[in-house]
Order: sequence, then structure tokens, then C-alpha cells
Amino acid sequence: MSSTTTTTTVGTIGAPSRRNTELAMLVFAVLIAVFAYINVGLAKEGSVPAGVLGYALGLGLLAGITHLVVRKWAPYADPLMLPIATLLNGLGLVFIWRLDQEPQITTKQLGGAMAPGQLMWSTLGVALFLGVLIFLKDHRVLQRYTYISMVVALVLLIAPIFFPAKFGARIWITIPGVGSLQPGEFAKIVIAIFFAGYLMVKRDALALASRRFMGLYLPRGRDLGPILVIWALSLMILVFETDLGTSLLFFGLFVIMLYVATERTSWIVFGLLLSAGGAVAVATFESHVQERVQNWLNPLQLINGGVTETAQAMYSFGSGGILGSGLGQGYSRLIGGIAPKSDYILATVGEEAGLAGVMAVLLLYGLLIERGIRTALAARDPFGKLLAIGLSGAFALQVFVVAGGVTGLIPLTGMTMPFLAQGGSSVIANWALVAILLRISDTARRPAPAPAPSTDAEMTQVVRP
Amino acid sequence: MSELTLTVMRLGFLAVLWLFVIVAVQVIRSDLFGTRVTQRGAARRGGQEARSQQRQQAAPPQQRRQEGGRGNNRQRRGAPTKLVVSEGTLTGTTVALQGQTISLGRAHDSTIVLDDDYASSRHARIYPDRDGQWIVEDLGSTNGTYLDRTRLTTPTPIPLGAPIRIGKTVIELRK
Repeated sequence: MSSTTTTTTVGTIGAPSRRNTELAMLVFAVLIAVFAYINVGLAKEGSVPAGVLGYALGLGLLAGITHLVVRKWAPYADPLMLPIATLLNGLGLVFIWRLDQEPQITTKQLGGAMAPGQLMWSTLGVALFLGVLIFLKDHRVLQRYTYISMVVALVLLIAPIFFPAKFGARIWITIPGVGSLQPGEFAKIVIAIFFAGYLMVKRDALALASRRFMGLYLPRGRDLGPILVIWALSLMILVFETDLGTSLLFFGLFVIMLYVATERTSWIVFGLLLSAGGAVAVATFESHVQERVQNWLNPLQLINGGVTETAQAMYSFGSGGILGSGLGQGYSRLIGGIAPKSDYILATVGEEAGLAGVMAVLLLYGLLIERGIRTALAARDPFGKLLAIGLSGAFALQVFVVAGGVTGLIPLTGMTMPFLAQGGSSVIANWALVAILLRISDTARRPAPAPAPSTDAEMTQVVRP
Repeated sequence: MSELTLTVMRLGFLAVLWLFVIVAVQVIRSDLFGTRVTQRGAARRGGQEARSQQRQQAAPPQQRRQEGGRGNNRQRRGAPTKLVVSEGTLTGTTVALQGQTISLGRAHDSTIVLDDDYASSRHARIYPDRDGQWIVEDLGSTNGTYLDRTRLTTPTPIPLGAPIRIGKTVIELRK
């Protein structure tokens, strides 16, 4: 008389830390980068480059140290972010070194070889990554600095106005004798912290106080305040710093986080309308923006010595075809200046690794962003969720803005491809960004602590038969 | 460097790049398997034959219970429909209550085989009495069976949601 027809057990598999997976992927990533390095050497000089051992050891050492620190201080962190970031950074170094081999674009006026400098910046970035992982024990600490973050972000965004413009945009702070840095790269992390802290507190007011009209939730007039302020600020960046990229990143990030915090599609509609309206309005009087839009619409116009850089980037992609010309065998030096190493590095990838290579690189970015969003889904606290979405959203927007600009989908803006492109601020800031994401994912994936033993456990557990 | 080597390296580079992407996706795939569902119980005791016999035997009491339900509606409304293990190694196990006797213990022929060092081999049983009220009875176990905090000495009716404690295991009846 005993029957159990529907007996199932649903249990969680003890969350593995996946650190060994991460180690294997890291070794793989370093090997791919070293392989690419040798490939370039063979193609350019016909022999294995002399620095290959140093490069391999250096990259391997950096990867090894990061792995050990993650193993010690963030044992349950996501296993994929670090290998993907390492691979992208390693490939970026190879491509910059490869472009350094072209004498035309490695003259003294243009700053000479950039790979050694980039290697130093990467090392600094990794050091910051380690610092964040070791000293930021819990990402919720950042919540205390919500409004300080706002002030810091505003200072970082406004400061470049007082410095001279470079390449038509005021996004640099130049310290004579030391160098220059792009504060916008750091601002994107700080601003994500502010948005996360602010929206966590205000999201109910923004989500619930609304009327329904034509299937959209219309927010009350006074709730439109924050989005209008951010919009005005991002337009001011566009006007005074003439930088479409930072402006778009800043406003887009707010709209993404607002949407995630409130679950109201209407914010996206408002955001798109506002940004489209603002961009068109600014484009009517700002000559720098007009020029970029002109280059985008008519890339074959006869300026810039025959064709625009946009057109040259497209030629690169076209010349690469499906499988590419092979590393070190492309002609992206013809773009001229330092642009091939920074803004247009994706064009070099496109020419030398072909459509297949560009797709793989974009997929790597996609996977990194997916891991960030997965972290947000798994995070248990609302601040961590919003911060993870904000950081991966900023990363995604940056990739979109640059890749879209280089491939001619949107007007080109002066941003850098994260990890891949030459640029100290960018690589340092992005390593810090990945470190914060790893910290959140460590907290999110850490198995919940075992419940405290029940107080009356003793009486049922006396004799062990 | 010969043309052939460079072509091989060019394709090789693309191949390893894509291999990395594919391996990364495989790693992500493991995220999908967060929980594990295992079939318990039936497979442990006897084969197909025994089970089909048990089903046939189990059916009449169910009918009887429903008939009884019509007669005594007020009591039947609060009747539990399943037994849930809420603590211990079997946490998450549910057993549908269909009028059958449920035996608890470490013995392999128990309905719920307790994997618990503090349970006896035949520890307790849970069964419905003639009115359909579920009763728990201690079968002379070493550490005893507790209903909430009181040790059972006689067969005792189980209120809905009251914890039955056996060693490290806690069992509840739920609707």
C-alpha cells in the first residue's frame, strides 16, 4: 500500500567556481595572441619576430597574475570575462605593433611606435584591475558614493572644455610634460555608479506615477525632470566639446538604465525622440558635427586628399573580403595619421582578418557584454543589478558607436574600441570596468550561506544509530 | 616566407579565433543547468510490475477520499495534498498524498528513504485515518520523531504546515 508516483527532487547543483575553466581559457587567449604576433612577424619580415618571447612572457605573466588574484579575491566570479578581455587586449597590442611596422604612419610627428606605450598602459590597466578586485570587497560600498559620483562625473565631463581641442574634439585633458588623458572614459564608470544609486531610490516614482495613453505609459511632467536634465547635459557636451560619442554614450546609458529600472518602454521612446531631435538641432549649427555627418553621407566627396577616411575604412573592409588578406599584409596604412591605430583599428582587423575575423571579434565583445548582463540577472541586490547593466550598457554603446562609425552605419565619432584600440585612458578604464563587473558576478554567483542550524536540532540528533 | 605558410597561418588564425568563440559559448551553455531534477522513490522499490500494481491499489483509496469529501466538506477543504521535505539532504522532495501510507526511515523499502545519520531504519509512518485526517506515528525510533517541539509517544494528527522533525530532516504537509 505504498506508492509514490510523483516524487521528484529539485536541488541546485553546488555552484562550481569555474576557476579552472578560466585558467584554460586564459592560456588559450594568450596562445592566440602570441600566434597572431608570430604571424605578423612572418608576414612582415619573413622571420619570427625577436620580441616574441618577451611578448609571450609579458602577456602570460599579466594573465597569470590576474588569474591568481581572481582565484584568491573573487573565487566565484564569471569565468569568461577575464579571458575575453585578455584576448582582446592581446590582439589589440598585436595590431598596434603591426601598424608600427609601417614607416609612413610611425613618424616622429605622429608619436613614433605606440605598441610599447600601449603595453605600459595595459599593465597599468591590469594593475588597476587588481587594485579594484583586492580593495573593493563588496560592490554595494559604491552605493554610498552616489552623489559624490555625480559630482566627479560632471567634473570629468566638463573639465576638457578648458583644454585645447585635438582632432576637432575637446575630450582630452592635457598635462604638460606628463601626457594627456580622456576623462570621458573614466566618467562612464562613475556615471554608471551614480545612475544605479539614483535610480534604485527613484525608480518607483518614475515607474508607477504615470498615465496610460495609446499603449504607452506617459510619465508625469515633473518626473520628466531627470531625463531632460541629462539630455540637456549631453547636448551641452555635444556643443562645447563637439564630441558625438561621449554625448551619445552618456544619454544612451541613462535611457538604458531608466528602462531597466522602471520596465517602461515609454522611456525608450522618449529617449530616442529626444536624442534624435537634439542631434538634428545641434547639427544645424555646429560645423564639426556637420562635417562628420557629411563624411558619413557622402564618403566619396573630394576632400581629405581624394577620399574621406570613412571611405578608406570601407575600402579596407572591401579589400579584406571574407577571409582577409592575412595579418601584416593589408594596406590600412593608407588611411594615414594615427587614426588606423586608434579610431580605425577595426578597419585593420577587417582587412587583415576579413569578415570572418571581424565577426569573431564582434562576437567576443558580444560575449563580454552578455556576461555582464547575465551578471545583472543573477545579482541579488537591485544596486548590483543596475550597476552591472549600466557598465555593460556603457561598454556595449561604446562598441556600437565605434564599430558603427567605422563601418559607416552612423557618423564616426572619436571613441576608442575598448581594449583593441590604442589609447591609455581607454584601456585603463575598461580594465577597471571589467574588475567591477567581476566583483558583482562574484557576489552574485557565490553560493548562499548555509542556513543557521535550527535551535531545536539537538533533541532530534542525539544518538547516531 | 612562402605563400603557402602564410595562407595556412591566415586560415589558422581565423580558425583558432572562432574556436575560442565556440569554446566560450560552450562555457556559457553550462549556465543553463542551474538545477537538477532527479526521479526518486518508485525506481528504488521493485520494477515495473510492482509499480503498476501499486497504482491500481492506490486508486481506490483516492476515490474513497473524494467520496468522503462530499460527506464532510468543511474538513476536506483544508486537506493536505502533498508532503514536502523542507530541510535535510532530501530538501525539495515532494510526495503526492493519495491516501497511501508513507513510511519514513533509512531502510531501502521505505517510501521516503532518509539519507540521514540520525534516522532509524524504520523511523516513522504517516497515514490517513478513516476520516482522511493524516496521522504521524513513531515506530520506536532511537532519536524519536518530533511534531514541532513535542516528542511523539502516540499516533498524532498532523496540522497543516507543522514541521515533523526526524534527525536532520524536516517534513511538512502542504495543500
